[in-house]
Amino acid sequence: MAVYPTIPPKEPPLGERGAIAWVRHNLLSSPYNIAFTILGIGILYLIIPPFVKWAFLNATWTGHSKADCHPGGACWIFIRAKLDMFFFGFYPHDQLWRPKTVIATIVALVAASKFIKGFNKLKIALIVMFPIYAYILLRGGYFGLSPVETSKWGGLLLTLVIASVGIVLSFPIGIVLALGRQSKLPIIKSMSVFYIEFVRGVPLITVLFMASVVLPLFFPEGVNFNKLARALIGITLFEAAYVAENIRSGFQAIPKGQYEAADSLGLSYWQKMGLVILPQAIKVTIPNLVGTFISLFKDTSLVMIIGLFDLLAMVTVTANDRDWLGMDTEGYVFAAFIFWIFTFSMSMYSKRLEKKLDTSKGK
Amino acid sequence: MATQTQTQPERIEKKALGEPIIQLENVNKWYGDFHVLKDINLEVKKGEIVVVLGPSGSGKSTMIRCINRLEEYQEGSIKVNGIEVNNDVKNLRQVRSHVDMVFQHFNLFPHLTILENLTLAPIWVYKRPKKEALETAMYYLEKVNIADQAHKYPNQLSGGQQQRVAIARALCKNPEILLFDEPTSALDPEMIGEVLDVMVKLAEEGKTMITVTHEMGFARKVADRVIFMDAGQIVEENEPEAFFNNPESDRLKLFLQQILHH
Repeated sequence: MAVYPTIPPKEPPLGERGAIAWVRHNLLSSPYNIAFTILGIGILYLIIPPFVKWAFLNATWTGHSKADCHPGGACWIFIRAKLDMFFFGFYPHDQLWRPKTVIATIVALVAASKFIKGFNKLKIALIVMFPIYAYILLRGGYFGLSPVETSKWGGLLLTLVIASVGIVLSFPIGIVLALGRQSKLPIIKSMSVFYIEFVRGVPLITVLFMASVVLPLFFPEGVNFNKLARALIGITLFEAAYVAENIRSGFQAIPKGQYEAADSLGLSYWQKMGLVILPQAIKVTIPNLVGTFISLFKDTSLVMIIGLFDLLAMVTVTANDRDWLGMDTEGYVFAAFIFWIFTFSMSMYSKRLEKKLDTSKGK
Repeated sequence: MATQTQTQPERIEKKALGEPIIQLENVNKWYGDFHVLKDINLEVKKGEIVVVLGPSGSGKSTMIRCINRLEEYQEGSIKVNGIEVNNDVKNLRQVRSHVDMVFQHFNLFPHLTILENLTLAPIWVYKRPKKEALETAMYYLEKVNIADQAHKYPNQLSGGQQQRVAIARALCKNPEILLFDEPTSALDPEMIGEVLDVMVKLAEEGKTMITVTHEMGFARKVADRVIFMDAGQIVEENEPEAFFNNPESDRLKLFLQQILHH
């Protein structure tokens, strides 16, 4: 028989600690890894210095016209000069305070939401009221505000309107479709399956064309259905199919035991789905859902083909301005940067949300 | 498991049994062509504690899962408190208010805290006021010795703790009957005892219980009746002492030999 004393923990050897260990393990762990590290550095060397030179070192930041720009660098004056158009499209210049107020309200509400704990009635009321408030302010025609046709809305404003309406409306429709696809009732199930598979088999451009050309045929003569509304309906119905498939994958990740426990406790179908299954299914699909919403955000630029001018379309329009010909690159880089800010924030938010909802560790 | 059967555990003191509360008559069930339950006849009285033993695949779990309609059966009848267990929504709601089940894998809701797990059904299904539901939940959590974990999430608890929470959750709607489907099979050995202790406590209080388990010690200590199932049918049933000491059928003799002598 033998009894051994308790061994106190020691620090790992020097090469296994800190930055040296990280470089050894991540950059130089094998011949292949070393080759890829060198290749990676090489590619970065080819891309980054020229871009920095163009975008920053040789760029022109101040001035009033194209003539002020020196060649070989970016001409950011163009962006400054057309900023209102990028952001608000053809929205009347003297009314720009209205979309600006809406954006300020969003920022204020997001900031305030940090101080309102939980999901209470006040929050729900604000969420319901906000779209009405934003619509009245943007569209006008009430309270002495001059009306601004939606065809005048454009730029980033239009991108945000389409994306947020698309996300907010496609989410519940997607949930209903996903539940329908899970249903034991054959008619509801096959209708949901048909809808989802049909929509997923068709490109968004087709759906937008259909919404703008075919949809009006269903309305009585003389009812002129607004172009933006048609695009919104098209995008919402299109995205709902993708959201439904995301949520269905979430359903499949939920163990059978969760359904059984809910049944056994006596929960009704809607209680079971609403209180037990959906919250968990949505939680596991957050990364996929946000992925879908990010591509929805970028897909909004397709509304250009039915004659709406989103951020990307505004770049095309402004770059055709006689005074600013040849500014496409600056415009598209700027648009890419704006798109990136929004999509990156969305993916950051999804990571935070995942962490917040993770119940496997302490809160 | 085997170690617990070496010494004869002390029997708990029993109360008198009441009226029949669960009645299974000629229940037959098929999975496709496979005949899982064959002419099951079983009557359980109020306050009775029945332990169901048998090799895996013998239909034990399927049988008790039919009682709260997690499984459907094709022939025969099952009554709980006189209510027919069938597809009728109203019946089903009533049956499930009388019966609850404790599962092998606990099946706690991981997105809710322990306390929310316990109050979910009382608040939403049985429309109890929130305050009352919380008080009841804390009462049962104390009973299973886990009140200090009330605000944690299930995955932060050990298996034994989770199973005790699952028992408390089942108790919160105050069912007359508890079904246990291999409640200790997924637990590490050192946690089995704490769950069995809770179950013995419930038995002493006179809850009606049907337990599918491999814990012979539990069967000897608290069971009024032990049932042996094999290949979808009830092969033998008896009081625990006679069941273990004088098995009659060859199948039970073989089964007891296999589980006791190694």
